[in-house]
Amino acid sequence: MTVGEMAKTLQLTPITVGDESRTWSGVYIGDLLSWVMGRAACDNAWITIMSNVNIVAVATLVDVAVIILAEGVTLEESVRNTAAAKGVNIYTSEKTAYELAKELAGLQP
Amino acid sequence: MDEAVKFHFVVDGNDFTSAGQASVQIKKNLRQLGIAPEIIRKVSIAMYEGEINMVIHAGGGEADVLIYENRIEIILTDNGPGIANIDLAMQEGFSTAPDNIRSLGFGAGMGLPNMKRYTDAMQIDSTFGKGTRISMTVNL
Ligand SMILES: Nc1ncnc2c1ncn2[C@@H]1O[C@H](COP(=O)(O)OP(=O)(O)OP(=O)(O)O)[C@@H](O)[C@H]1O
Ligand SMILES: [Mg+2]
Repeated sequence: MTVGEMAKTLQLTPITVGDESRTWSGVYIGDLLSWVMGRAACDNAWITIMSNVNIVAVATLVDVAVIILAEGVTLEESVRNTAAAKGVNIYTSEKTAYELAKELAGLQP
Repeated sequence: MDEAVKFHFVVDGNDFTSAGQASVQIKKNLRQLGIAPEIIRKVSIAMYEGEINMVIHAGGGEADVLIYENRIEIILTDNGPGIANIDLAMQEGFSTAPDNIRSLGFGAGMGLPNMKRYTDAMQIDSTFGKGTRISMTVNL
């Protein structure tokens, strides 16, 4: 399933959309960046409440398909600009990480 | 001795917001060289952890990446405070990161273990009070 289809189904608010036709699979939840780098997989949807600029580099290096910011977290303009320049998909939602993960699980084949 | 393709980076210790640039750049370079995606992922994540460590713990440093026919070597050098107890520092969860760094999502004490996990060989040489040199090898 594509990131765009998933975002529509979960009613996520787009922050930066690099490539919404990218396919995602699997979910990783976490805010400690070295845990994310050690455990998240390529193409995962990464749910976090971390919003500083380092999430952009981590998402790029781990090559997650999308970052979903939970609990209504948003990004400062400078972070948004960096993410847009790197073509990273980032959305936000008022839902909790648990609610998001539950809905994402329902979308997995 | 086979010829290596070399990349050199200076890692600025004062600019936390741009930390990680060398690793992101290496990812691009390796892709252009046609290196396999799993290899690129290992090299760039291991290097990023080391790069961030130099910024957080050592006030910056230098990174060299050497690409040989059969392996990629990453060498990180800094003139920071050194690592007092390397065995302890290698343990998952050990961190001396201050609170302001932790609030950014670092300081889980997982960086060095990740570097080990994502590389085929890793060597730390550190002199307390003088600096640290970490070399990592990923086989191709
Ligand atoms: N280049 C370095 N110079 C001096 N000390 C270092 C260096 N790299 C690591 N250390 C020490 O080793 C500890 C463990 O490093 P490690 O990368 O595993 O964890 P961390 O950086 O504290 O947290 P994380 O990497 O999970 O964000 C650090 O807290 C620090 O005390
Ligand atoms: Mg670290």
